[in-house]
Amino acid sequence: MDLSVRVGSLVLKTPLMSASGCFGYGLEYKDIVDLASLGAVVVKGLFLKEREGHPPPRIVETPSGMLNAIGLQGIGVHRFVREKMPELRQLGAVVIVNVCGVSIDEYCEVSRILSDCEGVAAIELNISCPNIKEGGLQFGCHLDSTFAVVSAVRKATTLPLIPKLTPNVTSVSSFAKAAEDAGADAVSLVNTFLAMVIDVETRRPKLSNGMGGLSGPAIRPIAVRMVYECARAVRIPVVGMGGIANAQDVLEFMIAGATAVQVGTANFVDPFIWPALQAGIEDYMRRHDVARVADLVGTVCL
Amino acid sequence: MAPVDVDAEVLGNTRLSANYNVLAFAAPALAEAALPGQFVMIRTAAGTDPLLRRPFSVFEILRDAAGAPAGISILCKRIGPGTTRLYDAAAGDRLRVLGPLGKPFTPVTPPAEGWMIAGGVGLAPFAALAEALAEAGTSARLFYGGRSASDLFYLDWFERRGVRLDLATEDGTRGERGRVTVPLEAALASRPADAPVTLYACGPEPMLKAVADLARQFNRPSQLSTERIMGCGLGGCYSCVVKVRDDDGAAHFVRSCLNGPVFDGNALVWE
Repeated sequence: MDLSVRVGSLVLKTPLMSASGCFGYGLEYKDIVDLASLGAVVVKGLFLKEREGHPPPRIVETPSGMLNAIGLQGIGVHRFVREKMPELRQLGAVVIVNVCGVSIDEYCEVSRILSDCEGVAAIELNISCPNIKEGGLQFGCHLDSTFAVVSAVRKATTLPLIPKLTPNVTSVSSFAKAAEDAGADAVSLVNTFLAMVIDVETRRPKLSNGMGGLSGPAIRPIAVRMVYECARAVRIPVVGMGGIANAQDVLEFMIAGATAVQVGTANFVDPFIWPALQAGIEDYMRRHDVARVADLVGTVCL
Repeated sequence: MAPVDVDAEVLGNTRLSANYNVLAFAAPALAEAALPGQFVMIRTAAGTDPLLRRPFSVFEILRDAAGAPAGISILCKRIGPGTTRLYDAAAGDRLRVLGPLGKPFTPVTPPAEGWMIAGGVGLAPFAALAEALAEAGTSARLFYGGRSASDLFYLDWFERRGVRLDLATEDGTRGERGRVTVPLEAALASRPADAPVTLYACGPEPMLKAVADLARQFNRPSQLSTERIMGCGLGGCYSCVVKVRDDDGAAHFVRSCLNGPVFDGNALVWE
């Protein structure tokens, strides 16, 4: 049975990746997850410098979902390269770094630094974080700026480039197309849905940031629809995510058109989920006589 | 040791009041490794609602008749759908319990004394700590405050283990009327300045701050157990941050699941 998938020039041993912002820098999980067994470890978003993030409360639970407004707290690219990459390399993890910026220059600079770092397999370009004032979403909500930032980073690195798209637009597929036209090797989607929860007793938002991004099983059917639309709109691979909680969900995304998937919120609930996801995929492949998991991609029958 | 995720059988559910219960789980591997002040993440439903696990301090480390670690208990206060499920749980139910997690208390040894300060559900880490202090032969006190006499639990349990109790209630129905930090301050003031006492506290944020202030004022070390809304308990989500001062004096958010939940009272920055 062949579980490998190709995302641009990258060959992943399975289609399963951790979702950025849901797996720390990977090393937090090294004692309970075999990092080398994942298709890729997508680490938390990195700016050039360290960031403090928002004050707590940073998350609030909703029916079958959760909102987060972490504010991209992070150690910055330099400390990541120095403090985290050596051990990630040693553990055999395929590392994809989520790159953030408040300007095109910053996206490019962070990407250049990572290009010079041994062991970074690809860059996921975060143009979709709903929780920061500058950067992030402002690049991901306008076709022109999506094209501009992806083109600029394309010139700054030869690493596979995977812009991560926001669902908070009218037509995600047009953004996938803009990213493809700008030279992206793949796109990943969806980031979280901008959302709000209010405490009716105090009449105040439950998150310190006011709003936050909704993730978890609650968003899965919308994410599947968006992955389906994007996969039909572009030729580059689509990395799908949004509420995946079991192997069946993984398969649903792949059949909708995702070449690989990311798992985020479910890892919070069950950090031991990874072998079960892989076993579930293999079981399905046996039952349906599928030799290569890549053959499932985009096979939805309409 | 690496945390384990145990499909743990509920051994018993003792409802202490309309909102508080103590839930005991069979979990030998977890009990073997757990240290006072550490916590577990409990999945309250098999499905996706409630979705996230809930963090609980290890209340007691339970032992079998031969004295071997057999399980743990948690002190739970019913505040929402997840804790309501735990309040309603029955012996024989199975729940997933992930742990042990986080940095524990460091129990002091004689001649130092260990003084525990608990506010409300902040009693949650102190049964295990009281056992550890007793085992070390350390003289222990518990300053325990609640709204009313009916909100104070396990008093006999602590007394049986030689813990001296200093109680306070907001309505004056048991112990001193008012905040638990009032008897604490009086006790600190009545001690010679060089008598070694370590303060351990868990409870509402204003109480923790008051304990940290008293510890500083009376020049005593303090170990404070913080409570935050937590997503994963393993450092993945960055939701449970606490502001601490590092060695250079700069304040940073750190994850209470990894760097805590127990912090040096001098390191915490209060907002």
